[in-house]
Amino acid sequence: MSPRVRLGLFGVSAAVLACLFVWALTGLPQFGAFRGEYGRILNSAAGPERHVTNVVSAVTFDYRGFDTLGEEVLLFTAVMAVALLLREARSGDERRADAVRSDVVRAVGLFAVGPTVVMGLYVAAHGYLTPGGGFQGGVATASGLVLLYAAGRYRAYRAASPKTLIDFAEGTGVGTYVVVGLAGIVVGGSAFLENVVELGVKGTLASGGTIAILNAVSGLAVASACVLIFHEFLEELMTAK
Amino acid sequence: MIPLQVVAIVLVGLGGLAVVAARDPLRQALVLGVYGLTLVILFVVLQAPDVALSELVVSTVAFPFILFTALAKMRDRE
Repeated sequence: MSPRVRLGLFGVSAAVLACLFVWALTGLPQFGAFRGEYGRILNSAAGPERHVTNVVSAVTFDYRGFDTLGEEVLLFTAVMAVALLLREARSGDERRADAVRSDVVRAVGLFAVGPTVVMGLYVAAHGYLTPGGGFQGGVATASGLVLLYAAGRYRAYRAASPKTLIDFAEGTGVGTYVVVGLAGIVVGGSAFLENVVELGVKGTLASGGTIAILNAVSGLAVASACVLIFHEFLEELMTAK
Repeated sequence: MIPLQVVAIVLVGLGGLAVVAARDPLRQALVLGVYGLTLVILFVVLQAPDVALSELVVSTVAFPFILFTALAKMRDRE
């Protein structure tokens, strides 16, 4: 095919695509016009049903709780795969120097470790009251820990997150989610992930029933998953080839 | 569409272009983090704070971290 034919072919297809695109655009609903009823129904149902003030958490841990379990298992599997692939290829234990040279970076970075971890835990703990939740808070907590490496030393990061403990936390996080789900069948006598705990007072930390538990354990699972992935990547980086 | 939303959407467009325009992988990874921040602004403006928080932790912590360590490792090999 000569360049000219190719260019012509591209011109025709691009023009057709542009027409279809404009046609599709004209058929879109108005900006901000939401046609789905689902959001409106949940906004009025989630509060009375689950005693939570953040409806999103009710969706992720109750109405779509099973999907979240799938995501947890997905993350768990991803961590396992990263560990399997990277640990296999690693050899030798020669460490390269990783001292941070700038005093400013070290001071600011290490000062930020505490506040970042506390903020992460706060975002995770208040998931069913305000925006946030286990996932966001979990990653933020892990990012606070990784500052120990970024502004300090790899050794400090390793010391702050012992692998056996993090492995255990990761498994516990995912496992507890399943256990809470099964409790809905065994104790609640109805369906998987059915609420079996006192719903509590709306707007306080003691509210939401199983949502509070699932939010906490997924925060645990996500935080430890991130720490483990960071571990593997850093180990890979620190080990001389 | 209120002006703030227009500004946020334009920012996202410019951010996306900047990511594509950056040729050096390390620089591209940094620009990608900034692009993530423009998405965070867009989600906040569109009143989706939960999504904004997710985007914030993924685009400024998790993803760049993996990219940076991979790039550092590749630099070692060269």
